[in-house]
Amino acid sequence: MNIYISGVGGQGAGMLSEILVRAIDYAGIDFKAVDTHGLAQRGGTVVSQIRFGEKVYTPLIRSGEAHMCIALELHEALRSMEKFICDGGILVYYDTIWEPLGVRLGNDEKIKEQNILDFCQKHKISAVKAFDKNLVDTRMQNVVILAQIAGKGLIEGVTIELIEKAMEDLMDGKLLETNLKVFRENLS
Amino acid sequence: MKKLGKLLLSKDPFQEIVMGNTALVRAMIESGTEVITSYPGSPTPEIASAISSIEFEKRPFYFEFSTNEKVATEIAYGAAINGQLSTVFFKSVGLNVASDTFMQLSLMNIIGGMIIILGDDPGLHSSQNEQDNRHYAKMSYTPILEPSSPQEAYDYYLKAADLARTKQIPVLLRLTTHVCHTKQKVSFSSWNGPYDKKRSLFNPENGPYIPVTSKVIPMKTRALKNLRAIEDEGISDSFAESVNNNNSKRGIITMGMPYLSLKDVLTQSNWPPDILKLGMTFPLPRQKILHFLKEHEEIKILEELDSEIELMIKALAFDNALSNVKIIGKENVQDWIGEYTPEKITQLLFSCWPDMVKPILSDNREITLSPRPPQLCPGCGHRSAFHAIKKALKADDIKVGDIGCHTLGHLPPYNMGDIVMCMGASPAIASGLSLNKGTRNIIAFMGDSTFFHAAMPSVINAIFNNHNFTMILMENGTTAMTGHQDNPSSGRNFNETVEKIPIRKVLEGFGVEHIFEVDAYKQQELSELVKEAITIEGFSVVIAKHPCMLKLTRQNKNKKSYVLKHVEIDQNICVLHKECIEDFACPSFSIAESGQIVVNQDLCIGDGSCRQTCPVSAINYPSGESL
Ligand SMILES: Cc1ncc(C[n+]2csc(CCOP(=O)(O)OP(=O)(O)O)c2C)c(N)n1
Repeated sequence: MNIYISGVGGQGAGMLSEILVRAIDYAGIDFKAVDTHGLAQRGGTVVSQIRFGEKVYTPLIRSGEAHMCIALELHEALRSMEKFICDGGILVYYDTIWEPLGVRLGNDEKIKEQNILDFCQKHKISAVKAFDKNLVDTRMQNVVILAQIAGKGLIEGVTIELIEKAMEDLMDGKLLETNLKVFRENLS
Repeated sequence: MKKLGKLLLSKDPFQEIVMGNTALVRAMIESGTEVITSYPGSPTPEIASAISSIEFEKRPFYFEFSTNEKVATEIAYGAAINGQLSTVFFKSVGLNVASDTFMQLSLMNIIGGMIIILGDDPGLHSSQNEQDNRHYAKMSYTPILEPSSPQEAYDYYLKAADLARTKQIPVLLRLTTHVCHTKQKVSFSSWNGPYDKKRSLFNPENGPYIPVTSKVIPMKTRALKNLRAIEDEGISDSFAESVNNNNSKRGIITMGMPYLSLKDVLTQSNWPPDILKLGMTFPLPRQKILHFLKEHEEIKILEELDSEIELMIKALAFDNALSNVKIIGKENVQDWIGEYTPEKITQLLFSCWPDMVKPILSDNREITLSPRPPQLCPGCGHRSAFHAIKKALKADDIKVGDIGCHTLGHLPPYNMGDIVMCMGASPAIASGLSLNKGTRNIIAFMGDSTFFHAAMPSVINAIFNNHNFTMILMENGTTAMTGHQDNPSSGRNFNETVEKIPIRKVLEGFGVEHIFEVDAYKQQELSELVKEAITIEGFSVVIAKHPCMLKLTRQNKNKKSYVLKHVEIDQNICVLHKECIEDFACPSFSIAESGQIVVNQDLCIGDGSCRQTCPVSAINYPSGESL
């Protein structure tokens, strides 16, 4: 299975991927993953790719072969789907917009949530929305997404317990506590 | 991972999910590497992040970020001829800076052994070119290893350390971006704990260490003999692995990440070729290659970027009169460009063996969306500076950019940067332009890390030869673009607090007469100062200073007392001048469907640098609170 994660630099796509990868590993599945580092992290499109299954050689996903796209932002949801998602795949997205420069300058068109849903309908993609209106710290939007994935069992083998275990590997103290709280609140 | 530092020092073997860069650090520890140096540059800085996870007192080696790659290389070399196994790492283009020293390394008897880790960047994820540093291996008579995965990066480092030590030579370890950054579960060995510190072992009799005229011939002979020995003793052969698919017609020779892409592609092929995967690509594993050539009718060579291996293999076949095998190398210009991803490999195989793989259906998935290039962060002092400086310049003035976050100023709407070359190049390029400037003003932008890295000679030259332009120093106290590494103006090095080296004083010491300094947030004043500076005949400097707000905000967010602020638009005042959106262009501003300008609260850090850009003062803090 191939998971293509995208967002804007600073949104926490890397952490989301790291948690998923650890949960996948705890489930005993072979994987390879790769994140964007460097230049793009300054407000550009950032991407994490995870491939897992019986035997995985490379983390690089080919166009049209992502079974799941996870997007932290609506433009990036559409961008990743246009190139990577396979028909019949799953999109998990956080409902927020960070407009790219071209849109802000009025040179490119704005997009709306409906554009995403239209694309999904056309390509028979199930769209799963993540949103927490009470969330103050944007850095935890990734945890709200993880709650959707684990809560709905969207990735076989990746259970709520394994996600929590992975979070415990990566965070400590107060940080872990608040992240777990947001995760649990968004499970249902 | 929270316990990474402890894990890296574990005495017992263990497995852990890490990226290639992190795997290297464990290999450094296990192999007893004593001195490690670097200058930051993608895709390698995460090696230093992994090092920083180990408490300073517990690190079994010395590590520093030096001022540039050449300095870093010289420090590692100095340590290595004193008996310490040493490693230097940097990005692809870093080797250009280090090359004056690097080219001599193989001439020297490096008694401790030395490893040079390169982060090459096929696909240009974070670099100004795609240079293939394997050329340097050949040019400098240095053996080079090319791991394909994090596990192999770790394994190869250990072997490189052995080789460097036993032969007392430099060894290159070339990773590419996706080898540095791929994450997998890597198996590590045990570690017996730090070595006892040896005494200083430098002895001129181990040399000569002085490459002058006639002395160089025996030194060069030694370097060449070492290479020969590596071939003859079967060391390069020991890194080559063959994958036998019982295909006597077709074989593929490949290495590094392209090997993994190939394996991926071949999972869908019902007639896979045999594969010879190289680990050491210079000197070549001749015996294994010759054998492979003899066993097949057609050989495709799959190597990313340049045709290094191809040319050597063709020569080998020619010398051995192997006229029955067809060797297929690069064909189209595109074959020299970009990463060899599974898609690219599929295309390459399809064009020579169309029956072996399915063609890639023409990619009808064109991206229609507005692109999202990297940009200056909310609150960035560089944005404030660009906004102000633009107002001081004429449209035809020439703006020479340099490397760093401020390079992003070349993007619209700022368009502050007509030229960029490499680190530290802007003052000298500006000097050249100023020789015939007519009525145009010449501006050179410069970052603080870059100033210390490579700009000082050209700044001194501007004074020495009396060039006529203005340098604008965008001082943010850190090496921002590569992840906030401390630099000489930061007041800290990698290991401890140190005195800041104030750039202003350095410039004064050089004898720069006209130095202006202002907080980059004070736009009016900055604009006036630039206007003044450009009218000065000769070399002038404007220091536009403001701490990196990404770094500062991250630090502040961890403080208990921190209250996140945001600006908002007073809709009763706003008359849609749109200067905040169209000229200042902080990512926090956008136009809502209602047509009103709104502030994205997820992005705004409440720095307020935007407030002065509004002609009607409509950008305010809620209920009159101020910064
Ligand atoms: C020779 C070389 N080494 C390293 C790099 C990687 N690099 C790109 S930007 C940059 C940092 C520049 O820092 P600074 O000059 O302080 O500017 P800032 O990013 O802080 O604005 C570095 C080290 C490079 N491009 N070339």
